[in-house]
Amino acid sequence: MERIPILRMGSFLLVTVQVDMHDQLAVTLQDDLTNRIVTDRARGVLMDISALEVVDSFIGRMIGNIAAMARVLDAATVVVGMQPAVAITLVELGLGLPGVRTALDIERGIALLQNEQSATRLGDAGRPV
Amino acid sequence: MPVVQSERLVLRTSEDIVRARQFVRQLCIAQGFGLVDQTKLVTAASELARNTVEHGGGGEVHVEVLHDGARRGVRLTFTDQGKGIPDMALAMRDGYTTGSGLGLGLSGAKRLSNEFDIESQPGKGTCVRIARWR
Repeated sequence: MERIPILRMGSFLLVTVQVDMHDQLAVTLQDDLTNRIVTDRARGVLMDISALEVVDSFIGRMIGNIAAMARVLDAATVVVGMQPAVAITLVELGLGLPGVRTALDIERGIALLQNEQSATRLGDAGRPV
Repeated sequence: MPVVQSERLVLRTSEDIVRARQFVRQLCIAQGFGLVDQTKLVTAASELARNTVEHGGGGEVHVEVLHDGARRGVRLTFTDQGKGIPDMALAMRDGYTTGSGLGLGLSGAKRLSNEFDIESQPGKGTCVRIARWR
């Protein structure tokens, strides 16, 4: 079956969507990512959509679902690289991707995830037993 | 208004939705649409094609290139023989859905188009026509 590859980078998972996804492929990615967060004990998901030329309400919902499922599994999600034309269209469509963190590119996305992780670690250390 | 190109694409599966997106994209590029205009029309096409497949039980899209003097446009007509829409005002409302989606398909497609027209007869089917001009 056709699948979008998920790569592991330390405690993060990296997904680069490089094809025009049909609906089933998007659903498969959502399921695969959720499973990999658990099996890889991942703390973050970096989703690169810079090659996506269309994000319609279905794909938008899939992105929102991934972020929500990851959050429930104690992992943060950052969507990076959205094309400007896609951002304009998404907002006009009525989809602001609430609850989804975004960054302009992969470097900033990684920095965001790392900051978040070290903040959590500090928080844990300071918590009374 | 002269129609200079006309094609019909079948819409039955989610792969057909992808094919329709790609076909509309190529047509918009050939007509000299800018990237934002292309993306808006392709996204509207994707929403309506999914409605045809999911709610209409499949159907087709009629794609036309329009020339009106120096203006260039693309018109898309989605037809199905599905169960139709019983309450149009409700169906056009943001966030209303009978499926599992976000309910942005029709209202979103309207916002992304320059022209929008919908006709539906319960039990007979639905026809949605949109156009975007450059």
